[in-house]
Amino acid sequence: MSFEKELEQGRFYIPECLACKKLVWPPSEFCDNCNEETSLKKEEFEGKIIEFSRQNEEYFCVVEFGDSIRIMAKMIALPKKDQIVKISKCGISEGSYFFQVI
Amino acid sequence: MVKVGIVAYGTTPFTKDDHKIETILHKSTKDLFQKNPKIDKKEIDAVLISTNNNSKYLSPILSEMVGIQPKIAHSIESLCNSGTNSIVSAFSYIASGLADMVLVSGAERYDSPGQILEWDNSRGEFKHPIFWASIFSKSYKEKYGISDEELAIVSVKNHKQASKNPNALSKKTYTVEDVMNSKKLTDDLKLLDCSRPCTGSASILLASEEIMKKYTDSPIWITGIGQKTTSAGFTKNTSLSSMESTKIAGQSALNMANRNISEIDVAEVHDAFSVCEPMILESIGFTEPGNGMNMIKNLHQTNNFKINPRGGLIGCGHPLGATGISQTIEIIEQLQNNAAGRQTDNPKTGLIHNMSAAATSSTVLVLEK
Repeated sequence: MSFEKELEQGRFYIPECLACKKLVWPPSEFCDNCNEETSLKKEEFEGKIIEFSRQNEEYFCVVEFGDSIRIMAKMIALPKKDQIVKISKCGISEGSYFFQVI
Repeated sequence: MVKVGIVAYGTTPFTKDDHKIETILHKSTKDLFQKNPKIDKKEIDAVLISTNNNSKYLSPILSEMVGIQPKIAHSIESLCNSGTNSIVSAFSYIASGLADMVLVSGAERYDSPGQILEWDNSRGEFKHPIFWASIFSKSYKEKYGISDEELAIVSVKNHKQASKNPNALSKKTYTVEDVMNSKKLTDDLKLLDCSRPCTGSASILLASEEIMKKYTDSPIWITGIGQKTTSAGFTKNTSLSSMESTKIAGQSALNMANRNISEIDVAEVHDAFSVCEPMILESIGFTEPGNGMNMIKNLHQTNNFKINPRGGLIGCGHPLGATGISQTIEIIEQLQNNAAGRQTDNPKTGLIHNMSAAATSSTVLVLEK
């Protein structure tokens, strides 16, 4: 499972169970439902803004993908609740993931 | 099941001091034994350490420092609710018959590594607790039409109550304006809405009913325990305006104690940030969803110390591994009518709520005379 290798390249792919097809989050080599192996679902996911706040000039949002996967992401423009967004930037910095949406 | 009670306790003041973890563990344990000189250390079967500190082998170290040779010796870590989780483990050892008397000692330094859950990469670059607290605040305020000024009353109340607690980190009282004018951390969080990490230790000695009779005429019993972990990651919380793990743990504890929430006379709840207190009160069932701030305002206006009499985490400071034990000591003192200027009106039943990592895990205890 190469989630982090893809993330380092700026690509956000969510692992999917090869057996039960569940999207698995946090990213894992094994399904948290049936314990079978996962592989990355290589598509561009759309997310929805669930909640947000702001620190200085940057917004930070809870973004939901696929009805169950939630991450916290940065947003430059003023977000709106239920707004549909896409990952515009992502990666790993000093061991921590980072995500930005537009 | 063997009845389990609390024989003795000790604590240190909560400060910003730079002490070794071993030193502060020793201090609260020394306080416990000095207050209870008749305790026979040979009867202590287990020593459990509650901390997020990275030092190793702390239970055998503390045991050696205070002259105990226990059968069972280990540490317990569960971020901010390590303290009550350790008490639950001690209870279980005694209830099962594996031990008759267990020392639980919790401690943390101001620079604890437990303040940030590095694993939780779903939070992206927003791993510091102020970010989940901001999201909870925004969500709660919007859902129930609560203002920042109203939420600030939590901090005002708990600092006021902490000013009566000689061991609290905060010695100051504040107004709503002070909270509103404190440093803005995010659009939804001010500095005085936050509990502060600090250095401190608290220790407690649990025992079976038979041992209790030898040492105390005013026993306090642990009659209810509830625990629930819904996830480790903040973003797995299904609600951002209530606490699912707290609801379940609270109900389990009350069921075990065969008590209703209306029978709880005094409670310590985990106000890591202002918004947590109304969310917890609602989730445990002290009041209806959305009515937590009305309850808090009423308590503050009537100078009723029922909730967080020691000043909560906001007033006392939050030395993670010691917090749950310190909360428990406060409820013991309240039930024994030993809480001096913080004393509530002859309480008979008390509750402790201690949680971790944005309420992904909660522990609730019920204590009775």
